Amino acid sequence: MERESVTWSDIWTLAELKSDNKRMAPARLHAVSFELLTRGRALADARGCRLCSVVLGDRIDTTEVNELIARGADRVYVVRHPSLANFLVQPYAHVLQYLVEHYRPEVLIAAATTTGRTLMPYLSVKVHAGLTADCTGLEIEPETGNLLQTRPAIGGNIMATIKTPTARPQMATVRPKSTPQAERDPTRTGEIVPVDVPEELLQTAARYERFVPDASQQVVIEDAEVIVAGGRGLKKAEHFELIQRLAELLEGSVGASRVAVDRGWQPYPRQIGLSGKTVAPKLYVACGISGAIQHLAGMQTAENVVAINTDPDAQIFQVADLGIVGDLFDLLPAVIKKLEEGA
Amino acid sequence: MHILVPIKQVPETSNVRMDPETGTMIRSGAEAIVNPLDLYAIEAALRLREQVGGQVVALSMGPPAAAKALKEAIAMGCDDGILLSDRHFAGSDTWATAYALAQAIKHIAATDATPGLIVCGERAIDGDTGQVGPGIASFLDLPVATYVRRISDVSANGLRVERLVEGGTEIQWLPLPAVLTVVKEIAYPRLPTLRGKQRAKRTDLPVWGPADIEAKAEWLGLKGSPTRVVKIAKPQVARQGELIHIKDPADVDRAATRLVEFLRERQFVRTQ
Repeated sequence: MERESVTWSDIWTLAELKSDNKRMAPARLHAVSFELLTRGRALADARGCRLCSVVLGDRIDTTEVNELIARGADRVYVVRHPSLANFLVQPYAHVLQYLVEHYRPEVLIAAATTTGRTLMPYLSVKVHAGLTADCTGLEIEPETGNLLQTRPAIGGNIMATIKTPTARPQMATVRPKSTPQAERDPTRTGEIVPVDVPEELLQTAARYERFVPDASQQVVIEDAEVIVAGGRGLKKAEHFELIQRLAELLEGSVGASRVAVDRGWQPYPRQIGLSGKTVAPKLYVACGISGAIQHLAGMQTAENVVAINTDPDAQIFQVADLGIVGDLFDLLPAVIKKLEEGA
Repeated sequence: MHILVPIKQVPETSNVRMDPETGTMIRSGAEAIVNPLDLYAIEAALRLREQVGGQVVALSMGPPAAAKALKEAIAMGCDDGILLSDRHFAGSDTWATAYALAQAIKHIAATDATPGLIVCGERAIDGDTGQVGPGIASFLDLPVATYVRRISDVSANGLRVERLVEGGTEIQWLPLPAVLTVVKEIAYPRLPTLRGKQRAKRTDLPVWGPADIEAKAEWLGLKGSPTRVVKIAKPQVARQGELIHIKDPADVDRAATRLVEFLRERQFVRTQ
């Protein structure tokens, strides 16, 4: 909506509840909810306004709501209804539209999760607002309240800074794990505002049926602190055993380049890169991966990068803290042996 | 079933190299291709047509050159293509793009056939937002399922989808009409056939402007875009790392030792 007609104030963050198959248990907040509060607090302090959080769901525990306050929210809006038990776009978007139109937040940020990346564009159309996806940087101009949204584009080739000059609220999604979670201060106080919305906003003919967790019990790759990834250089599916073993020894997850996934050596959820996952682990070990731009876009912000490749000109070495030009079939078994022996 | 597939023509980015001096990206060449994930959307639509019958029409908003992308869609097997092209569409952000495409879809519904399904690729490799698919659904007041890896139980009233979400798969049932955005797992795209290419060559693509789709001028193009790019910077991605060359078998042990040491220094391995 056009900003001139009314006053817009406050920074809002959209808290997210975790998918839970245990229907009887109260829903718990996803860690991203606390990451957003770190961002939100910086913006609210700069602007001199309130930081609020919004929670939509069914069985929402008061402890969870209080946790948002302990972590920085001055106010939490809660909309509780069975139709909101699981994320479905239309009821969630219609409820948020109602809240936005009634309370007029100046800024609304959500996590760039599968939920956030679906809900926020749908909502931005309903409220005629601008939306910037997957931001790595957010700053606010204290006097004007203009939000400066920075994000990578063209496969990470450029960093774009975006403004929404006239439309409000200013909306953005923030990469999960790009911000530390807000620290808790149990002495903090805040308001809880339960909101009743008109029934018709909660209607949808779509049905959420169930959630099937990943077959492997391993850590979700986006959350992994250590990732050992394999690419074309592995040559065969069986050779991924080397990657697997190294990952185990480093207590990490297995990742794969697009080539490895296209050849069926690893499943698509393990693909890292432009058309796969973006990860920012503490350690990324790239084995037999050349480092095409599309792959780099998915891992170049890893804290530590180790690369192993036979090609000295492989682009992966440009982003490696430690690069080894050599044959992974000689090197990896040697490294694995040393780690196993505790040498 | 009448299926629409919005597609985008994007610059080919795999020729990008890194400038070793500045540590930034250099884009060479500007070959235009169909956005890779849109090929998967086209494939998903074609397979549905094989299953339940109907028509698959591709549509694209872009400069006149985008006609090439639509022809490629037809060469793969789409029944037709529609190009939205006009200077008023230029400079659109995702909001204005979704608006224009939704207006085109409303026009198709009013004059031809109501689409049962709109299938999009999950995101475009240049803008990388993934916002247009849900945006189109919002303008049309339709349900949308994103990150779809599998479609099943298709009927005239609805279908079941499996969504690839964090930690697993979510299963939803959607009534039709609906919008889907699909990921690579949905179906491997077929190659254009010779016959398809010939048909594409013979096809005269309709080109629509704002008046054809009854679009409000103030909601189109740069003027209609709520977001504005105010700065573009090239990020520094290169690192000053150490490089070890393995030239003979003895070097293997040395390199392995250094690697383990590196891991230990940074606390990824417990010191014995």
